[in-house]
Amino acid sequence: MEARLLSPLGVALGFAVAFAATFEADARTLRWAAAGDSLTLDPHAQNEGPTHTMSHQIYEPLLQRDMEGQIIPALATEWAPLEDDPEVWEFNLREGVTFHDGTPFTADDVVFSLNRAMEESSGMKTLLASVAEVSKVDDHTVHVRTDGPNPLLPNNLTNLFMMSEAWAHEHGVEMPQDFAAGEENYAVRNTNGTGAFRLVSREPDSRTVLEINPDYWGHGEFPMEISELIFTPIQSASTRVAALLSGEVDLILDVPVQDLDRVSEAAGLDVRTAPQNRTIFFGMNVGDDELEHSDVRGENPFADVRVREALNIALDREAIQQVVMRGQSAPTGVIVPPFVNGWTEDLDAYPEADLERARELMVEAGYGDGFTVTLHCPNDRYINDEGICQAAAGMFGRIGVRVDLEAQVKERHFPLIENLQTDFYLLGWGVPTYDSEYVFNFLYHTQTDRYGGWNATRYSNPDMDEKIQSLSSMVDIDARDALIADIWEEAKNEVIYLPIHHQVLNWGMKSEIEFDVQPEDQPHFKFLQYTATN
Amino acid sequence: MIAFVLRRFAQAVIVMLAVALVAFVMFRFMGDPITNLLGQDATVADRQAMMERLGLDRPMPVQYFDFISRAVQGDFGISYRMARPVSEVILERLPATLELAAVSGLMALLLGVSFGVYTALRRDGWLSHVIMTVSLIGVSLPTFLIGILLIWVFAVELGWLPSFGRGETIQIGWWRTGFLTESGLKSLILPAITLGLFQMTLIMRLVRSEMLEVLRTDYIRFARARGLSSRAINFGHALKNTLVPVITITGLQLGAIIAFAIITETVFQWPGVGLLFINAIKFVDVPVMSAYLLLIALIFVTINLIVDLLYYAVDPRLRVERPKAADTT
Repeated sequence: MEARLLSPLGVALGFAVAFAATFEADARTLRWAAAGDSLTLDPHAQNEGPTHTMSHQIYEPLLQRDMEGQIIPALATEWAPLEDDPEVWEFNLREGVTFHDGTPFTADDVVFSLNRAMEESSGMKTLLASVAEVSKVDDHTVHVRTDGPNPLLPNNLTNLFMMSEAWAHEHGVEMPQDFAAGEENYAVRNTNGTGAFRLVSREPDSRTVLEINPDYWGHGEFPMEISELIFTPIQSASTRVAALLSGEVDLILDVPVQDLDRVSEAAGLDVRTAPQNRTIFFGMNVGDDELEHSDVRGENPFADVRVREALNIALDREAIQQVVMRGQSAPTGVIVPPFVNGWTEDLDAYPEADLERARELMVEAGYGDGFTVTLHCPNDRYINDEGICQAAAGMFGRIGVRVDLEAQVKERHFPLIENLQTDFYLLGWGVPTYDSEYVFNFLYHTQTDRYGGWNATRYSNPDMDEKIQSLSSMVDIDARDALIADIWEEAKNEVIYLPIHHQVLNWGMKSEIEFDVQPEDQPHFKFLQYTATN
Repeated sequence: MIAFVLRRFAQAVIVMLAVALVAFVMFRFMGDPITNLLGQDATVADRQAMMERLGLDRPMPVQYFDFISRAVQGDFGISYRMARPVSEVILERLPATLELAAVSGLMALLLGVSFGVYTALRRDGWLSHVIMTVSLIGVSLPTFLIGILLIWVFAVELGWLPSFGRGETIQIGWWRTGFLTESGLKSLILPAITLGLFQMTLIMRLVRSEMLEVLRTDYIRFARARGLSSRAINFGHALKNTLVPVITITGLQLGAIIAFAIITETVFQWPGVGLLFINAIKFVDVPVMSAYLLLIALIFVTINLIVDLLYYAVDPRLRVERPKAADTT
């Protein structure tokens, strides 16, 4: 409480950096809640949102995304491919950085950490699949050699955290937790990062307490107004909202759409909103000769682009936005969110719902009487996912496509997609690399061992595959962007997916907090500021 | 006696094996842990490799026997979700659930018996009608709704009690308790009411009907005729004789309280084994799910065993029946 009285002074901006650290030490406690807890504090074990969010407070990557999603320097200050060898990226490391235990951060730690993240038991290894070798040049310079040029390597490094090599050796955590090994890794519950906060205590699924790191290099560069950070996962959405309304927490992620008004109308609370890095869409089996879950035998109606286009224009995206999402979505005509490289307004434009034209197309394609098909849908993964499917089923029904809706939990839904057991499904996709190549790789490329892992459309276009593969090694950014545009155009004309909308993120917080909603749902608390009025 | 205990014990083992088998078969339909473990970036080859590493590609009977043989040694493997040994995680969470269950059980018992006695003695009193009506609501509303209503009234509107969590806890050995701090005790109130309300209603109605039954019997009438005080009759004779079935039911309900704490723990973010189980289901964390189900089965089996033994001690007919039958024929 004392801290609250002091804080208006603390916010006074003019103080010298040298004083800032001591002053912030008696700043404030922020209590926040989200649905899911971090799975593990080992920063390389799991590639999962809430886990990264927690890791970001304690550990730091070489470069990170700020609250707008832009890449900014973290432990590296500069990075560029070598001029004479585009296969090698050079990273200049920040000097004078120390880990929480006081050991200095050097190139050896970077080499160690990246290699650790490429171990078999690491959850992050796919992001580094293109890396051939990591080597130290001097104490503050590191070279990363890739298999062929990889202009997008920095995009893949924003969640790859740096650990101390000495600390890892001391505690025998040279490798991330192996689930098959049968024993617990020290790094799962202990940390030693370079980040803005240090771990004080942690009880999984209950409470994680962090305190400000007084030796953090970013004092003066970031607001750093929080002295103590208490995180509680609160799974039940109504309890989470209740905790915010009763003042037990100061900030919550993921306010359910039905509670938005209640929170924003409450005195002293605000809802902040931003588009999320996730697009929701339908996929269709366009490749098989016959659909498994349909009454059409001997041919596949989805193989006909006219049928797909008919479905595309039968879908009334604005109605879904208004009715199902209560306005909390951005209807779209493409399956990448707006901040991703390759997205354009033209791509994002979606067709008006046009039933007449849709019915004509169905007749032209020879399905004037329609057909039945099963639509598989998750009911606990995306915002109002089942509601979207129900609404869409009605819309498709109006052009004679009789949809049998099968909505189930995500653990049952996703295997259908992975094992190609569905003909028509709902899926959402986020783009952690912020580049279209990621979407092409996973959703458009023919399914093989390395590519097309989530392409359950059975779409296979060798010409497009070749273009997609060539993207990964193109160094000329303009030519690469042109090729991306080219691929998108073809993809859009083929109507392989039926885009629905981009999800919108909502965070609820006390009005005195100034904090932007981060497109990846990752609050970086070193950016959080309080308004001076309090 | 020993034969009886051994037979009961053998039955208990069979029940445990059956539960493990059912749990195992069920998990095949729960979904696929691989997606959660690897995330969306994984390639088809990665998924296959992970399957093999975890041994999920082996036939179901092989996995089952492997699981049983390790479980017997107390090894439930590593949680997929938390990357820690399952037995350790469960042990860490158990105190929270047991404390909550104990408080709700005690509350249900004390309030249930007092209300039961009261409503039996004052059958037509207005307070009895109020209690009966409220208890009817308590029994017919789903647990999560009661929890949310309580949160709404006592946390959001009145601001008296916390809406989530356990408050401050103190570690004593491996046991983490919330009994010793003010916030810990405050945090217990709402979840304990939510969890215990149904049991309280059940006990209350049981006591009431048993009590009404007993009050009609001859020995109560004789006691009245002898001029004993109504206090001695009601509590010394009537209540004592109603308590036998009440104790049995309460014992069994304690198992139910632990098992059904899942919903209450989810609503209040109570960090016990129930919440652990819910999270395990969401993540298809098979090692945790199987260990939890076995634990619950173990609790039920143990309570049943104790109840059976108590019967054996209390009811002389059980003790003599068999040998007598052999002798007479």
